[in-house]
Amino acid sequence: MPAVRVLAAALLTGAALLAPAGAALAAGPSPKPGGSAAAPTEAGTAFRTATPVKLGQEATADASTGDYLYWSFPLDAGQRGTVRAKVALPPSASRHATSTWRIDVYDGLRRRQPCMYGVQAAPAPKESATLALSCTLRPVRTGADTWSDDPLPGTYYLRLTVVDLAQEDLGQPVRAQVQADAKDTGGAYAVDGALAAPLVPGITAARQTAAGTGPEDGWSGPWWSDRWIWTAAGGLLGGLAGIAGYRLTRGSGRTAPRA
Amino acid sequence: MITRKWVAAGACGLLATLAVGLLPTTASAGEPVSKEPPKVELVLDVSGSMRATDIDGQSRMSAAKQAFNEVLDAVPGEVRLGIRTLGATYPGDDRNVGCKDTKALYPVGPLNRSEAKTAVATLAPTGWTPIGPALLGAADDLKGGDATRRIVLITDGEDTCAPLDPCEVARDIAAQGIHLTIDTLGLVPDAKTRDQLVCIAEATGGTYTSVQHKDELSGRVRQLVDRAAAPVVTPVAAQGAKECQSAPKLGAGLYSDRETFGEHRWYKVDVKPGQELRASVSLAADRAVNNDYGVMLRASTVHGREIVRGSEAGDGRTDLISTGLRYPKAVLDDADGDAETAPETVCLQVSNSFSAPASVKTTPGMPVELTIDLVDGPAHASDAAAFGLGRGWWLLGVLVLTGLVAGLVWGWISRWRISVWRTN
Repeated sequence: MPAVRVLAAALLTGAALLAPAGAALAAGPSPKPGGSAAAPTEAGTAFRTATPVKLGQEATADASTGDYLYWSFPLDAGQRGTVRAKVALPPSASRHATSTWRIDVYDGLRRRQPCMYGVQAAPAPKESATLALSCTLRPVRTGADTWSDDPLPGTYYLRLTVVDLAQEDLGQPVRAQVQADAKDTGGAYAVDGALAAPLVPGITAARQTAAGTGPEDGWSGPWWSDRWIWTAAGGLLGGLAGIAGYRLTRGSGRTAPRA
Repeated sequence: MITRKWVAAGACGLLATLAVGLLPTTASAGEPVSKEPPKVELVLDVSGSMRATDIDGQSRMSAAKQAFNEVLDAVPGEVRLGIRTLGATYPGDDRNVGCKDTKALYPVGPLNRSEAKTAVATLAPTGWTPIGPALLGAADDLKGGDATRRIVLITDGEDTCAPLDPCEVARDIAAQGIHLTIDTLGLVPDAKTRDQLVCIAEATGGTYTSVQHKDELSGRVRQLVDRAAAPVVTPVAAQGAKECQSAPKLGAGLYSDRETFGEHRWYKVDVKPGQELRASVSLAADRAVNNDYGVMLRASTVHGREIVRGSEAGDGRTDLISTGLRYPKAVLDDADGDAETAPETVCLQVSNSFSAPASVKTTPGMPVELTIDLVDGPAHASDAAAFGLGRGWWLLGVLVLTGLVAGLVWGWISRWRISVWRTN
């Protein structure tokens, strides 16, 4: 499909000339310089203290069994997020029973988001050393009904914790590794009626710390989707087909000189 | 992403005129979160049982001392650190005296590493384990100002000073709304110690760690001190009312409150036409609760008509349950003058369906965190698809076919017209 999109885009006349200006518009404000490249090695313990993670970055954290670990990451319109978590469990000699681990994803309004697929919760038998979890979210729409909890552009929270364990296994050292990725779904989920501002908590007062709250190249504008390309390309092709059809039936009539 | 940008660029070239004034909102921020330096107090158990030599062949006390030295070396500069001991001075058998035995070893303030280390070196395992009084003392040490506060409690045994339950002490301290978190570390803990420490940590939103090895202790304490230094937004205390009429009026911000089992709390927010109200609430389960629970956040008009609600339910072990809602207030086109810009008062109701076993105390209530944002309203949706635009091969097919048919017909008509003209 990307090839098709490129082809469709290539059809647009004058695109190359205006590309630099266009890119600047599409990307919005330029990314903040000096964003730390190092992956976070700590996790937050509540929504407020969630550690921001960039997409594709592998965050790690040392913790105790029973801690609630929070990370946050940005998802933009048209992206379908997948979060993966790997837990290095305490030595099996010091564990007493099977424990169940779980990841939950919340949006910027702290509403729990369902997983389309992935292993959201899994038991860790006493003898296993690691555990892998994953959750694929629904594609992010630009806007949604007030009454729905469809995913919207903004901050997303990931919570990793053990939900079921033997009491005597609490407090043992574990190491967690999480990563959030996003796949572009194109304009398939571009709906009308975009939010004026992404669902970033505290956006009114801009209280959040500057680092890592938004996508690296800024939030995409509310107007952009590849539907523009499809529609414009369709119009162009329709026009070309019209000319072809015209030439077909008009035929030799054209050759007659106007005397 | 490259393709996407390229495509975006191409479209912009064509549609540059359309793209006026629709730039995305930036999410950067500048406001400092907490101006005061964070305060941390390390509370160390120096009771007789700390003599036991079961941490990597060392006594618990020497392991703790060594860990403290490492931690003191690594304390971030901005942290105001203090050290308090419990059971350090009275070796006797008198319960009343033993249970008051807690003192500030090093006052909370700018850290002088060598002084603090010298003070720690003097400690020797001695007396009782008065955890409750030590926590009260520590909360007192950290008093004043608006800093974030953290107590790190390191102990090897349960509180021996009933009836003052340290877990309830912790919850009462947390309920004072002073942003205080208590993290607990148990040195080779037994079941009763563990339960008590877990309860203390849970009551204040802290963490519990069971320590079996020396390096675990220093690593964890250092992590907790660093955590205290991390900037965090502190909520403003609010007190919701029993009904909307008497509810406090809140603006955009972060608020904290307490709500007990089955209680409803009301708040009011003014929303101007063209604004969008975003509210989210989380309710922390800071004590042992029954297995199934839920929370609801409802926005209604002052007359009681429900506008929108957010609700969530869950089961099993959890730290909190949260939900949120959005309410874009429509712009009134036909209203005149004042009515057009007059804000609407929206009532927000927070209710919960937590329950607890009869043995669990219900007061103070569970911590509520309420976030309120007011932003510009979303663009009005006039179609399911963005701007009513199309997408996909079917669209292209239809357009090509339509173009072709139109071309054919047009060609045929012009051919017919030429032939008519020729004949004439």
